[in-house]
Amino acid sequence: MLNTRTVLFALGSLALTLALVLHSRTATGQAAQPTTEIKVDNFTFSPETLTVPANSTVTWTNKDDVPHVIASTDGLFRSKGLDTDDHYSFKFTKPGTYNYFCSIHPKMTGKIVVQ
Amino acid sequence: MTDHKKFVTTASGVIQHDHNHDGIDRRGFLKCMAWAGTGAVFVAEAGVLKSTALGAEVGSSRKHGNRLSFVQISDSHMGFNKPANPDVVGTLKAAVDKINALPDSPDFILHTGDITHLSTPEQFDTVDQILKSTNKEVFFVPGEHDVLNDDGAMFRERYFKNSKGSGWYSFDKNGAHFVGLVNVMNLKAGGLGNLGHEQLEWLEDDLRAVKHSTPVVVFAHIPLWTVYPQWGWGTDDGAQALSYLKKFGSVTVLNGHIHQTMQKVEGNVTFHTACSTAFPQPAPGKGEGPGPMKVPADQLRKVLGITDVNYVQRRHALALVDSSLA
Repeated sequence: MLNTRTVLFALGSLALTLALVLHSRTATGQAAQPTTEIKVDNFTFSPETLTVPANSTVTWTNKDDVPHVIASTDGLFRSKGLDTDDHYSFKFTKPGTYNYFCSIHPKMTGKIVVQ
Repeated sequence: MTDHKKFVTTASGVIQHDHNHDGIDRRGFLKCMAWAGTGAVFVAEAGVLKSTALGAEVGSSRKHGNRLSFVQISDSHMGFNKPANPDVVGTLKAAVDKINALPDSPDFILHTGDITHLSTPEQFDTVDQILKSTNKEVFFVPGEHDVLNDDGAMFRERYFKNSKGSGWYSFDKNGAHFVGLVNVMNLKAGGLGNLGHEQLEWLEDDLRAVKHSTPVVVFAHIPLWTVYPQWGWGTDDGAQALSYLKKFGSVTVLNGHIHQTMQKVEGNVTFHTACSTAFPQPAPGKGEGPGPMKVPADQLRKVLGITDVNYVQRRHALALVDSSLA
């Protein structure tokens, strides 16, 4: 009996926790800006294509031993040279497809799809 | 005029072809991973390569004619501090020591780009300071690491106040015509190195006034020939530039970027890439990608180096000698 009670208590606590989490998410829902990471590693963007909702901030992190420059093909955004472990972020407010590449290693290409 | 050329390279058993055999690929293959070891002389006569031992061949030719001698260094990547080489200052100084110890002191130095790792003024300053001890004039072209944040404005301000466009220029030395090209700017997504229309027009015009018997040396950072496009080792409009060079009897194209020596002979054109003074990169397609390659610390200086180039005017001969820093 004791065991069953403990389990029931534990389940109850879990439900409460979940409810709180869901509540807090709802409360901050509109203001939250989902942040999405793109890893730049071994001369590739991963993921190569990233789909995000509008108003998302995408952050690139350079994991290579050489610098990279994140640049959109239409000139909308362009980072400074990112050394190892440097970040660059850009907020995508409008839906659309945004192609980008590394302006010093142009074989490196990627795409952000904003919905 | 003769189409007799000489190529000298150090080799360590990695040249896999019988150069005395007549069936050599004449479109050019002399592909040497010339990293260390003993030397061999490659003589190209009517497109056929023959090798002899390194020694008197080059030495004797230097005694004749109007001699021109220069050294190519490349990819010093000042500021790089990762495991592939935590001491790029030390290895650049070793390259300078090597240059200063050459038996025939070179007339000047060509640096084929990636002088710095991150384009900072301090990194440029450090390289300039180290190269000062050669007491030689240094001609630079930018690598992509030298134009990171300002489209090369600082680079041009430093080295080329009078250069054209994004920094290209030409000059004449001892009867040879030198052309420094910029193929690291305005790169297109998905593409390779890029010269661009304006620079190509300038090049065609610049070469118009040069006699066909004049040896031409073209230098740029990214290889003008296609080495390995999957890794971006080539120049999209390089073939257009090379088409302007076909009329010349002796053309030498010197590049860096790939951090290893590689050589190819195509008709009258010799293509050569120099070692880095900072860190090696893998052979094309070997390994995961074109980044810095870590080798055991006691092996590092064997895969870094300089290229000594000699030209004897009367003989229309150009000799390229790669030396490791070991």
